[in-house]
Amino acid sequence: MGDINFAFDPDWMSTLTAPFMTNAFVAGLFIALAAGVMGYFTIARHSTFAAHALAHIGLPGATGAVLFGLPVSLGMGVFALGGALVIGALGKRISEREIATGTVLAFATGLGLFFARLSSSASQQMQSILFGSILTITKDQIIGFMVFDALLLILLAVIYRPLLFSSLDEQVAQAKGVPIGLMNVAFMAIMAGVITIAVPAVGTLLIFALVITPAATANILAGSPFKAMVIASLLCLVSIWLGLVLSAMFPAPPSFIIVTLSTLFWAIARAAYALKAH
Amino acid sequence: MSKNPDCIVFDDAAITRGDHVIWQHGTFSIPYGSVTAIVGTNGAGKTTMMKAELGLLPLSHGSVTVLGKPAGQANKRIGYVPQSYVSNVDSNLTAEQSVLLGLTGTRFGIHLVTREERDKARQAMEFTGIADKAQYRLSELSGGLRQRVAIAQALVSDPQLLMLDEPLANLDLASQRAAVHVLARLNKELGMTIQVVAHDLNMLLPIMTGAVYLLDGHPHYADMGKVLDSDLLTHLYGTQVQVVTTPQGDMFVTPTPDEPDTQMQDMHTATEVAQMHHHDHGSLHDRTAVDASAAGKDGK
Repeated sequence: MGDINFAFDPDWMSTLTAPFMTNAFVAGLFIALAAGVMGYFTIARHSTFAAHALAHIGLPGATGAVLFGLPVSLGMGVFALGGALVIGALGKRISEREIATGTVLAFATGLGLFFARLSSSASQQMQSILFGSILTITKDQIIGFMVFDALLLILLAVIYRPLLFSSLDEQVAQAKGVPIGLMNVAFMAIMAGVITIAVPAVGTLLIFALVITPAATANILAGSPFKAMVIASLLCLVSIWLGLVLSAMFPAPPSFIIVTLSTLFWAIARAAYALKAH
Repeated sequence: MSKNPDCIVFDDAAITRGDHVIWQHGTFSIPYGSVTAIVGTNGAGKTTMMKAELGLLPLSHGSVTVLGKPAGQANKRIGYVPQSYVSNVDSNLTAEQSVLLGLTGTRFGIHLVTREERDKARQAMEFTGIADKAQYRLSELSGGLRQRVAIAQALVSDPQLLMLDEPLANLDLASQRAAVHVLARLNKELGMTIQVVAHDLNMLLPIMTGAVYLLDGHPHYADMGKVLDSDLLTHLYGTQVQVVTTPQGDMFVTPTPDEPDTQMQDMHTATEVAQMHHHDHGSLHDRTAVDASAAGKDGK
């Protein structure tokens, strides 16, 4: 096989018990919970493209933060939230928003590259922002994830039904008095938070497969929103944890394995559903 | 003023978008217990009228009173089925859950679905004939069944007024018939007032008690006898229309085959006509009758 070294690492158990691995497993739990729950709403609202775009809008924030010596997550979060509020204020009519969103997405990615080139440290971090670095997640980040998940669950407990109603039947919900503008802004703001905590795991480019794909698989498997959210979180968790174990065994980046597993689950569910339908 | 015995009361109502008048001088009353169609050409403002009645669009002039309250304030007692519902084809929600949202969807905070709520949802689904489809996902149902899920969702909160935007569009004949049958029972058995946006009247003719027709940029209300007038309908649709009565007494509205090329058609859009008509409102009906008969003669 020449220079390519793709061998099983017999020492994988000791890799798994290293402290950075423990951090990665704990972080994976919080990321999976947030991604699974919000993935369902993102699909129900037909906002998957907007969610994908938020990650890219966060990119210049992340590289810009490195430039100014600030935490990556802070820059990412601020930019994603800003983008989320603008997209949210424009309303839920995706058909009118796709071109604007796509244009801003491309511009933001370019800006992210520009900021990265301005400093060598940002340049070094560029790859981990784009493709994730779950093995470098710190204790402080985990505390941040934990606080975010707690806030997410409390907020969702309050707005769950109106958010669901406005996601599925916006016009009827509006006629019945659900504040759909507020629901839209709340959804986008939460989404920005989910993106911010999920980017360290798989990076801005692969985020779709971690936040949206498990929810899409869960939608195939379950008929109720609540069950779909639980299943999506579990699929997301299995992808991350199994991804970490396999990446300790084989010389492949965790992001790649996580995304591969998530995609594989989705492909299997689709195939099984297609067979059942016949 | 709130003592008005009618379900929907328009008083010199107008809607503008920017400086573009959609319709104006709407003054009419629709009684309780009626089945009314809102008819008019594309772009005449039919959906706009329904949204104005729901208080979702502000009036630029006049007032609209629904169920004794200003538009938008009695929406809890209105069941609304928007047109776009049929496009909601990829939803994985089950029919039952969709119907339940009609009861629970506006509530903030944690609430478990009660047995009573489930029973209500079941009753609504039984009424629209989809109880056996309760556990099916919307994506697995046909357009006609999804339409009946949407009607059940609107019914579940026991509304006094049911509003449906193009409920028969994109449905096959059997599904149209089933949907009309549900509306007829709601009206006759529960005494529900029903309003339907429609571009094809034929399916609704057997149950209709009147129509709001958006003509020349003005909404008018007329009961059945006046609506089924060939000249009026010809003017309304902008194409030659005749009313056919079968020996059994059934009536049909049908376009005249082979329109002559020489025919002068009224091709003005509703907006153009709204701007042309700046006449005194009192003479509105006389004027309309003249316009309608003139259009009829042009075609001969």
